Amino acid sequence: MSYILRRLAFFAVTLWAAMTINFFLPRMMPGNPAEAMMARVHGRINPDALRALEVAFGINTHDSLIVQYFQYLGDVARGQFGTSIYFFPTSVSYLLGQALPWTLGLVGITTVLAFILGTLVGMVAAWLRGGVTDSLLPPIFVVLSALPFFWLGLIFIWLFSDILGWLPGAEAYDMGSTISLSWSFLGQVLQHGFLPGLTLLLVSVGGWILTMRNNMITVLAEDYVRMARAKGLSPLRIMLLYAGRNAILPNLTGFAMSLGFVVSGAILIEIVFSYPGLGYYLYQAVTGEDYPLMQAIFLLITVAVLVAVLVSDALTALLDPRTRERQ
Amino acid sequence: MQTAIVKPEPVELSRPQRSRLGAVGRLAGAIVHDPKAMIGVVLLAVFTFVAIFAPLIAPYDPAAQQFLPMASPSSQNLLGTTNTGQDIFSQLIWGTRQSLLIGVIAGLAATVISMLVGVSAAYIGGTTDLALSLFTDVFLVLPQLPLMIIIARYAGQGSFWVIIAVIVITGWAYGARQLRSQALSLRHREFLEAARIRGERTSRIIVFELLPTMTSLIVANFLGAALYAVLSAAGLQFIGLGNINEMSWGTMLYWAENNEAMMSGAPLWIVAPGLCIALLGAAFALINYGFDEIGNPALRATRRRHGRRGNHS
Amino acid sequence: MDGAATILDVEDLVVDYVGERSNVRAVDRVSLQLAAGGFLGIVGESGCGKSTLCFAIARLLTPPAQIVSGKVHFAGKDLVQLHEGRLRHLRWREYSVVMQSAMNALNPVMTVGAQLADAMQAHERISKQRARDRAAQVMRLVNIDPLHLKSYPHQLSGGMRQRAMIAMALVFTPNLIIMDEPTSALDVVGQRSLMKQIRELQKQLGFAVIFVTHDMSLVSNFADRVAIMYAGQVVELGATRVLFTDPKHPYSAGLLQAFPSIHGPKQRLTGIPGNPPDLRYPPKGCRFNPRCPQVHERCLVEEPWPHVLPDRDIVRCHLYARQEAMAG
Repeated sequence: MSYILRRLAFFAVTLWAAMTINFFLPRMMPGNPAEAMMARVHGRINPDALRALEVAFGINTHDSLIVQYFQYLGDVARGQFGTSIYFFPTSVSYLLGQALPWTLGLVGITTVLAFILGTLVGMVAAWLRGGVTDSLLPPIFVVLSALPFFWLGLIFIWLFSDILGWLPGAEAYDMGSTISLSWSFLGQVLQHGFLPGLTLLLVSVGGWILTMRNNMITVLAEDYVRMARAKGLSPLRIMLLYAGRNAILPNLTGFAMSLGFVVSGAILIEIVFSYPGLGYYLYQAVTGEDYPLMQAIFLLITVAVLVAVLVSDALTALLDPRTRERQ
Repeated sequence: MQTAIVKPEPVELSRPQRSRLGAVGRLAGAIVHDPKAMIGVVLLAVFTFVAIFAPLIAPYDPAAQQFLPMASPSSQNLLGTTNTGQDIFSQLIWGTRQSLLIGVIAGLAATVISMLVGVSAAYIGGTTDLALSLFTDVFLVLPQLPLMIIIARYAGQGSFWVIIAVIVITGWAYGARQLRSQALSLRHREFLEAARIRGERTSRIIVFELLPTMTSLIVANFLGAALYAVLSAAGLQFIGLGNINEMSWGTMLYWAENNEAMMSGAPLWIVAPGLCIALLGAAFALINYGFDEIGNPALRATRRRHGRRGNHS
Repeated sequence: MDGAATILDVEDLVVDYVGERSNVRAVDRVSLQLAAGGFLGIVGESGCGKSTLCFAIARLLTPPAQIVSGKVHFAGKDLVQLHEGRLRHLRWREYSVVMQSAMNALNPVMTVGAQLADAMQAHERISKQRARDRAAQVMRLVNIDPLHLKSYPHQLSGGMRQRAMIAMALVFTPNLIIMDEPTSALDVVGQRSLMKQIRELQKQLGFAVIFVTHDMSLVSNFADRVAIMYAGQVVELGATRVLFTDPKHPYSAGLLQAFPSIHGPKQRLTGIPGNPPDLRYPPKGCRFNPRCPQVHERCLVEEPWPHVLPDRDIVRCHLYARQEAMAG
């Protein structure tokens, strides 16, 4: 119990840090970028949104820094992120709502798949030591995980979409279709999501395979695995319940840390494939100097990562009885 | 630990890796015997060579718009030309400098900060450790690319140093955590106690007694940080947050993408720089992987004996 | 040997650690026998190969260790020749193992009860209830409240963990239990109490024990027979009492002198000068010759073979070559 509480406290602290960064960055940077932005929207948006922008960027306000800070925190808590500059006059919250499901789908599915696949392959690879797999597999995956995600995506588009025409290379669904819960629409989503998903999967799976293999090898040398053999347990049981279940634990904690990496890759892949998720909108915000949108997306991505971290922490607590009592 | 012939360990107050020159020699020997690490070292050496001698190797001025635009590879332009008639091959050669420099400088800076934070936290302990660990964990969880993007965006004009700065700001935390773990396990070793009793200042103990024993992890950290730096720089430059007027592999990709290189029949403009980024990253990754195996021989590929698979005897 | 049947007969067992360029022989032609219900202690310094021998007999070696040659006769079969599949039938039912550190030998993410149960379920179709009952039964045998079946290993004290391991080894009341330094992780009081418990259980249930340790005093009190190992070889093997009062091999004599008796007259504490040999480059001739106080020329060139004497099963020393010849 106290373990979960501590993790929740960490969640809160990190979120606070992200919000504070958002607050202070525009104020610290030279050239006062915010003022230029404000000039473009002044007079054309509703007072609430205007005030939110002023508070967030510290313009036109004679309140002290502290007051602005708490006003900003309050705004964020209420989901008041202001209006987008690039997609004027759409509100930022609306854009977030549109983009989030696409990113969650793409990243969520591929990450879980990569983790499961990578862990299983790594576990079996370590179990079957010796031979070609042992000497070839690791270096292949080492190189694979050093590849720039987005470049791989570009190559895939070129190969599968432009040259071979098998799969679409952009967008999340066919142009002109309306979003619906029909099978045909689902089909489009899968088609469009295949290449970006594949790219993301390929680059992340290597890391899981390698770390799981290394963990397994260490665990297989442990006395309790030898004890399991001494008891005459079936090899499958030993691999899964004795070795695997212990080897996966460092991977779960590593999962949390690797999320930042996966998110970075997902952003670039969305850009390359024009996939309408948070990454793509972040790109638009950056090129269009749309600071409110930019900050809000940063915050949202942080929240998503923190939630995933909490989930993996909960799983670790479930699988490893020692964490429940650890200091 | 595997059941092995356990050699009786003499209890000494000596530092665990005595002769540093001997250690370097052993390390070099170990690398040469490991093909993966060797490949990494060779790749790195090639890139370093190209970066240093770029002016001599590149056939033309990379910025000179003197050729037919979007030309296919020929004996004149080995990789073809860009949409403004610049030679891609020369750009690739000159671009090596930026990419390599960013990788090494950012990698070094991030590693230094990791060392300072991680080792101090472990050695000093107490509330300092608590505070530093929290600080590290927060930076670990904050999503790196989005953070890099917004900092770089706010910093105005993209530049070499901005990129290095954002990479370091987002990249130090991982190493700090690892180094802290290792320092924690070394903290209570006798040679440190002896130094403390001798009255040495804490900072001296950390720098001259503790750090030298952590060299292999520090080097591994540097290689990982360099890999991270190379890939991140590429990503940021691709989006356009680098200095788009400077020659680097990432900015080549930026221009290529913005000019529909793939579609207009100049795929090499994209393939070549991307491949170089991948190879440089792979070089760091392979050397790092080789290190892993050197430190923990159990991880090495086992040769099949008597055609028997598996773990039994 | 006395009247009881021999249940374990190890014949010229050789174990190597296979390396990249050369192999290291960790166990060199070891032979020994164990009677049903007997208690054999195997003693030696760190690195003499006693643990490797023990795991080799139990067919629990991991690469790079490998059995090169030799036979292990047990339960009517040669364990060395058996494939893993056939071996599994014998495991735990006919012989079991107790390891040095229960903290390392017990799976940290499974309850103690689950680990006891899966040993049972691996060998017979047994209902959960019956498994639980049997588990509770063996736990009581070692004086642990069956309540602790629900605990995880890290929740038990060190002594309880070791006893839990012994309980686990008794689940099928096997004929042979191989113990690799089971008391090393405990303090002196705990050691004594555990040893007494093992001895009592042995009398109660009749299993034979191979007990590996570096502590001569434990062996002197509890073992019927002792094998002394040095550099991968058994240098002396015989009945405990006789061996301790009259050690024949110079190494055994040296070991005994290093462990003074609290009862006897004050003696000068002498150790054995030098260190055990690096098994990559064992000395020519008798392996003990660099450190032996009674070394002579023959020892430097010729390896002594295991001599058989009336009151000693094995003495690997040239000093007794003539004695053996005279004994006929």
